[in-house]
Amino acid sequence: MLAQRLASPSVFRTLPVFLMMAILLPLLSGCGYNTIPTAEENAKAAWSEVLNQYQRRTDLIPNLVETVKGYASHEKDTLEAVVAARAKATQITVTPETLKDPEALKKFQDAQAGLTSALSRLIAVSEAYPDLKANQNFLALQAQLEGTENRIAVSRRDYIQAVKDYNLTLKTFPSVLWATFWFRSNEPFANFTIEEDKMQPPKVDFGTKQGG
Amino acid sequence: MRSVAPPSVLPDPALRCRSGRSSFGKPSNWLSVRCADHASPPRRGEIGGSVGGARRNAFLTLLGLIFCLFPLSVFAADLPALTGRVVDNAGVIDAGTKAALKQKLAAFEAKGSDQIVVATIPSLDGEEIEPYANRLFRFWKLGQAKENNGVLLLVAPNDRKMRIEVGYGLEGTLTDLHTKLIIENDMVPAFRAGDFSGGISKAVDDMVMVLEGNPEELEARGKRNEEAPFNPDDLFFGVFITIWAIIFFGGMAASILPPIFGKKLGPGRYRWLGMTFEPGRRSSSSSSSGGGWSSGSSSSGGGFSGGGGSSGGGGSSGSW
Repeated sequence: MLAQRLASPSVFRTLPVFLMMAILLPLLSGCGYNTIPTAEENAKAAWSEVLNQYQRRTDLIPNLVETVKGYASHEKDTLEAVVAARAKATQITVTPETLKDPEALKKFQDAQAGLTSALSRLIAVSEAYPDLKANQNFLALQAQLEGTENRIAVSRRDYIQAVKDYNLTLKTFPSVLWATFWFRSNEPFANFTIEEDKMQPPKVDFGTKQGG
Repeated sequence: MRSVAPPSVLPDPALRCRSGRSSFGKPSNWLSVRCADHASPPRRGEIGGSVGGARRNAFLTLLGLIFCLFPLSVFAADLPALTGRVVDNAGVIDAGTKAALKQKLAAFEAKGSDQIVVATIPSLDGEEIEPYANRLFRFWKLGQAKENNGVLLLVAPNDRKMRIEVGYGLEGTLTDLHTKLIIENDMVPAFRAGDFSGGISKAVDDMVMVLEGNPEELEARGKRNEEAPFNPDDLFFGVFITIWAIIFFGGMAASILPPIFGKKLGPGRYRWLGMTFEPGRRSSSSSSSGGGWSSGSSSSGGGFSGGGGSSGGGGSSGSW
């Protein structure tokens, strides 16, 4: 009975199909089917890291403002500007789903840039207060802010690279074949514009860099 | 093989190619590749005509496959090589300190798998130290791949700048504040006095102290990484095996599948997927992927290499 069934032509017809699938499916991934989704996910992950680092900076600010307030309470304008810029920056978020929209990214970028400049003014102002500069808490915040700005720079660089890779897969051979036939709905992601990327992070080193 | 036939020999494929444009929504850059493909003379037994498209696709797929196999290696040319745990390219650390540092750092890695590397470079060439340190860290891949527990202490004497770059995995232990304090308290005063060896060695001591400050965590890290660290040769081996297997099984598939699925053209000749297969003879479709691209997997001399870790810009910098 079993032998009969095994010998029946239908088994012979289906077996090679499975064989062929087993051989061809790995080839499919080998020749680039995965390229576009992989690059897309990498770009999204890089964006999450950018958001993460900006969030980290946002979280540092209330502490920083409180500390500065204790020593320089009459720098009201500067402090308020930071608070306002922070509030504005927290309102605008860009989820990975809206990365295709350059307008949304531009808004996000502008809000964060506003916060960056407000922060650098605050840091510049606090230079006039020796007591504040000697405060341990302020030192710690300063080190963290500096580190965060650097992490933001790194994550932005990573994002720019990841988006470049992703956009390239949509436009270059051979992955463009997949983009044409399969991933038609994939669109290039927006990237940071050069102007903002060239902007300096706030100088938080209080003139100690003057020698160098 | 391609670009041999003058265009006048094959006028109609080119025409077909152009008329095919409307059916695919995408612009021309890849179509031109498809058209160029047509310039190759028809192979043996090729019928052209209606099967041309299928053949073209198969050929392109094959071409794509070959391209996929080329590893894209990017070399940052201007970064120094990782020659050991102390890379003193600026020549500011004296020999005794260097030996002591190397020993200390090797012992520390043996304990908790954290990789600390000290590097001095003559000049940053106008670059900021933060991006440079991050690039160097990632180029050297300091720290174990799963832990990212590397630390790079970078000094650029001519720019009067230094930085401690901390890998992702140690950011919570060796915080930005710690590194800032180490730079300001250990290195800056010593460097101002011209004592590079003393400053660096003190900074390393303090970093080790901070990292050892959480002994359970350190031991756990060490245990997790007791297995042999990742060896890049394994990767090369894997890639080679894969390529080899594809060629081998591809050849097997080319000899087994056409007789089953293909159309018989003659004794031992089959047409399948728009290609002509002749399993008996060693020819036709098996596309040797142009040999001669061995990736010279050179050994990393010196017996010390990064474990595959990365850094996201943790740590801090200073100047004197």
